[in-house]
Amino acid sequence: MSFESETDTAASPGNAPQTPFLKRFLRAAPTRPGQTYGVPGEGRTVGISVAAVLIVLILWQVVTMAGLVAPLFLPSPVQVVEKFIAILGNGYTGAPLWLHVLVSAGRVFAAFALACVIGIPLGLAMGMNPVMRGLFDPFLEFYRPIPPLAYLPLMIIWFGIGETSKVLLIFLAVLAPVTLGARAGVRSVAIEQIHAAYSLGATRGQVLREVVLRAATPEILTSLRIGVGFGWTTLVAAEMVASTQGLGYMVLSASQFLQTSTVLVGIILIGAIAWIFDLAMRALERRIVPWKGRM
Amino acid sequence: MLEIRRVSVFYPGGDRTDAVEALRNIDLDIGEGEFVVALGASGCGKSTLMNLIAGFLAPSFGQLRLDGAPIAGPGRDRAVVFQKHALMPWLNVIDNLAFGLKLQGVGRAERYTVARRFLGLLGLEDFETSPVYMLSGGMQQRVGIGRALTADPRILLMDEPLGALDALTRERAQELILRIWQSQNKSVFLITHSVEEALFMGTKLIVMSPRPGRITHRFDLPFSRRFLAGESAREVKASPEFIAMRETVLGIIFADEEQAA
Repeated sequence: MSFESETDTAASPGNAPQTPFLKRFLRAAPTRPGQTYGVPGEGRTVGISVAAVLIVLILWQVVTMAGLVAPLFLPSPVQVVEKFIAILGNGYTGAPLWLHVLVSAGRVFAAFALACVIGIPLGLAMGMNPVMRGLFDPFLEFYRPIPPLAYLPLMIIWFGIGETSKVLLIFLAVLAPVTLGARAGVRSVAIEQIHAAYSLGATRGQVLREVVLRAATPEILTSLRIGVGFGWTTLVAAEMVASTQGLGYMVLSASQFLQTSTVLVGIILIGAIAWIFDLAMRALERRIVPWKGRM
Repeated sequence: MLEIRRVSVFYPGGDRTDAVEALRNIDLDIGEGEFVVALGASGCGKSTLMNLIAGFLAPSFGQLRLDGAPIAGPGRDRAVVFQKHALMPWLNVIDNLAFGLKLQGVGRAERYTVARRFLGLLGLEDFETSPVYMLSGGMQQRVGIGRALTADPRILLMDEPLGALDALTRERAQELILRIWQSQNKSVFLITHSVEEALFMGTKLIVMSPRPGRITHRFDLPFSRRFLAGESAREVKASPEFIAMRETVLGIIFADEEQAA
């Protein structure tokens, strides 16, 4: 009886099992070294995403060029770009494009900043203290699922048609996710970390500042990303009444004149600004909480 | 130094369950420079005992005193080393080591001077500014031990500090802890469920048994001193006395187990 030496076996080619095509759908093929078997959703997506966007753009162009859809319903990408350049040059309803962008971004980020200043401490307090949680939880949970459009009239009745009601509306949309994120963040601290700090002589205030707040930071940053997204979502509602500037105003007033390409320019600008801000937030996350999910 | 007198702990029962007696009538002294190991199966109350000493839990009956003063809450005279998850991942190695000093308001330069003294002792010289989440489990645990040491406690409380380490790393860490114990001249209270670890490290062993949690046997142990006197860890652990002791203690634990079952 003889055994093949190990090197022979390893060197012989064609030993790697070939997974039949159909079976791939039922069970993942063995991975290459350096990868982990069976990780859900493993794989890079950038290329696929770029391709998907390009294909949609091309299809959009083809469909509109072939005259399958009237420009009133869907102008072609090229028309949208032309409109963008036109607005960039001439402005929209008497104000330059950068001013529309600036006014809207100002409203969203003012509301966002206010929501951070109030929501983060409030959420931490709710996470740390049952009295605070008991006090604020019913109100927060009650208004959270209500669409901002529903309480927009109240905002206007109470605070007028000026800037205050616009910023407040967006603020309320951002506040709930930020507060809930900070509150949930308190939970992400390990009890051993708290015990360790106390056994090293920490006071309650030190445990809050040096341990809980630090451990909650990843969750808070995530909630800020979600929150600012809600802010952009609410922008158009906020700029519905008595606005003459802003991207939301641009979209709304253009829609009344059936200027579909202007509507699309506004939509794409809002999406682009929100996306760029999210990228910046993700970069910030990598920078200040590189340990996220790693301990 | 640390006196535990007739301490009992009851956990309140639920609607349909009776109160649980987690510890019954514990008497224990931990003297200056002593290394006391608590050994027992899970549920024997050894963690409860540690929480009492650390000050996280108040006894239902009895008293705990450190240097004559009753223990009322946690404090840096009793620094705890946990099994895991207790480092601060947002701080690098040296800031983790110096964390206790920062809490006391010691300035950065002085903190680092103190912490650096322990880097060498722990074999972490080359990792001063490394993020702790990049370190191996064994190195993380050394940082945890060092963090407790820099607080300069009267007694080090170790709650299964090596439980999450692989067997080889664990043996190395046992030796390191003994060397630290010797050089820093601290008292240590260590919890483990490894009989070999308990015998090798302690100067005093208490064997605990569940339902209700109590101390059933006490032994004085010579093995850690033999190791520190120059014998190798393997020699100590392979010596006939060590093996005989191990069988005795295992016998006790299994007998307890059967009685409880």
